[in-house]
Amino acid sequence: MSGANTNLPTVKERANEALKDDFLRKAVRFTTERLRHGKKTASELLGNWEEWRERGRQIRLHTIAHLDYYLNLFADNARANGVHVHFAETATDAVRIALSIAKNHEARTVVKSKSMVTEELHLNQELKKIGVEAIEADLGEYIIQLAGEMPSHIIIPAIHKNRFQIAELLSEVAGEKLSADTKILAGFVRKKLREKFLEADIGMTGCNFAIAETGSMVLFENEGNARMVSTLPRVQITLMGMERIIPSWADLEVMATLLPRSATGQKLTVYMSGITGPRRKEDGDGPEEMHIIIVDNGRSLQLGDPEFQELLNCIRCGACLNACPVYRHIGGHAYGGPYSGPIGAVLTPALKKNVAEWDDIANASSLCGACYEACPVKIPLHEMLVYLRRRKVEAGHGQAAEGMAMKGFGAVMGNARRYRLALKLGRIGQKLVVRDGGIRAKIGPLKGWNKYRIAPSIAKETFQERWRTLEQEIRVEPNETSRSAEARLKQVLQERSSKGGHLHG
Amino acid sequence: MKVSMFVTCLSDAVYPRVAEAMVRVLARQGVKLELPPTQTCCGQPAFNSGYWDAARASARTLLEAFEDSDFVISPSGSCTHMIHNYTKLFEHDPVWLPKARQLQQKSYEFSQFLVNVLDVQDIGAVFPHKVTYHPSCHGSRLLGAKNEPLILMEHVKGLELIPLPFAEDCCGFGGTFAVKMADISGAMVTEKVEHVKETAAEVLVGLDMACLMNISGRLRHQGEQIRVMHLAELLEEGVKRA
Repeated sequence: MSGANTNLPTVKERANEALKDDFLRKAVRFTTERLRHGKKTASELLGNWEEWRERGRQIRLHTIAHLDYYLNLFADNARANGVHVHFAETATDAVRIALSIAKNHEARTVVKSKSMVTEELHLNQELKKIGVEAIEADLGEYIIQLAGEMPSHIIIPAIHKNRFQIAELLSEVAGEKLSADTKILAGFVRKKLREKFLEADIGMTGCNFAIAETGSMVLFENEGNARMVSTLPRVQITLMGMERIIPSWADLEVMATLLPRSATGQKLTVYMSGITGPRRKEDGDGPEEMHIIIVDNGRSLQLGDPEFQELLNCIRCGACLNACPVYRHIGGHAYGGPYSGPIGAVLTPALKKNVAEWDDIANASSLCGACYEACPVKIPLHEMLVYLRRRKVEAGHGQAAEGMAMKGFGAVMGNARRYRLALKLGRIGQKLVVRDGGIRAKIGPLKGWNKYRIAPSIAKETFQERWRTLEQEIRVEPNETSRSAEARLKQVLQERSSKGGHLHG
Repeated sequence: MKVSMFVTCLSDAVYPRVAEAMVRVLARQGVKLELPPTQTCCGQPAFNSGYWDAARASARTLLEAFEDSDFVISPSGSCTHMIHNYTKLFEHDPVWLPKARQLQQKSYEFSQFLVNVLDVQDIGAVFPHKVTYHPSCHGSRLLGAKNEPLILMEHVKGLELIPLPFAEDCCGFGGTFAVKMADISGAMVTEKVEHVKETAAEVLVGLDMACLMNISGRLRHQGEQIRVMHLAELLEEGVKRA
């Protein structure tokens, strides 16, 4: 019921668990389809989507290329606003800083709005160890916290659960049977959380964007919980990945155009809060004390790496998850970390500093490119997945059997005579297993393939063998248009050379 | 003028009928293809799995085979797109990088060559059947062959094109993905086949035999009779019928 068993060691094993879970697959399909459709409609209504994407990409490329400058600018401005700015190089550092703030204030409860960085740091568990209760105030996060799970989607943490499963969880908290009516369930959580907002000593938030020019942080949300978290408690702690920076409020316009549309198909989220420092004398509300912890935790390793630097451009919209046909079938828990889907498949190894030593997470993709097409800042995730695979092989961590097979591939495909010989041998070898032109036996590399399919066989006559007779046959056919075709080809050839090597396609 | 055929290993070894249909369709348009015998495979299985040395060995056979060609036409969007990756494979190789750039520039997928280069939309085919079309990911998404096949099918008399639900979702092939992650791939192709069946089409058509091998393999496993064809085959059969 709770999705894939995240204790299994590989993506493949966890995915196989998920594939057996019809509740999960149905729930994931239902919501990702809704989000995909929403994104499509919202981007079409806006118009010029490709130009917006390119603009977004340029802003992110520029910011990350000058990240040192913008981070310093942000930190200086935030400090001038009265914010305590902390830099955490590792997860351990970030946790230590957060815990020491909690200890200083003798905090007993922390109320949180949605933050993927705190998931990455397992901060709730660390707070619990020192006796501080952390309460998730985002509805989806609240649900998975009750279930004791990780989020299975960047934007929709409980995407893998249907309303009946959620009603069961919430009924336990309520001590009575709640009906699986979404309005009733949301109403119950709302009431429950109100108490927590008022009780909490610390409000903890994530950060969608940090604006360098004013040292402000911006939160996008739909439930109003982030606004409660950032106004009611006396102390606010914001955790942000070091790459969340954008230079200016003008750049935010582009991001505010791209993020909600890509994430949920909304023109704008219900709430968008810009927070510049703690409460001032003239303010009606807000925290008395505000901390921002800027977390590296493996991010800076991507800087200067031409194959992975663009990973830092990600704005965490989740569009790649919704577009991914693999995610659609296995959900998020199968990826084994807080970040799932195509972005998770690349980010997880990258943040763990092991672009060459990952388990099998980068193999969980057919490289279809749907993630790249969906990405509002055009991160070539499908290419990065190939780079991950190559780095692993080059570092000598590849699978021995596959290495042998690929050596054989290179030897055979590197020479046409060997290639033709291999086909001849294959044709002899397959005689034992071919029936009605197909192979059904679940043997060797066809084991998995033939569980679901019938494999085709090598043709009696390959095309290259057929070619000599085919050439003769075609010569006999009338060739009336050849002169005009030739003229057309010449024209294209000329255009090509005049373009000076410009690439088509 | 040298117009060459990049037959692709899959069409050469398993689907020679597709390569033949492409040759015949283009011959009717006055294009005489030639077949350099030293070509093997684009190298994609090795490239995608991270074995770039093996991919380079394979890629060099194409770079050499087509060195003198003006145009290189292939019945696969995915294999054509793989040629676009050669600049990455030979990024630090001053000898092979220029050859890689040249080959990329002159390589075309079949439908793009027909529509964009030859400027042909109607080849005079008749095919009175219900057809659904699976746009393969690499050809449509990465190479950009989105409209070309639709234009060609629009002009086939009698052809009734039925939209495939979730057409743009990957069929689950992904090369070695189908072997390494067999059950995820199996789930994906099972869903694809469900959508194909929903259309009640008589024929499933596409531009990439790898994807079609995957989908037809699943259809046959389920005992389904839906015919699976490459667009070149459909056009060739349609012209003969006309």
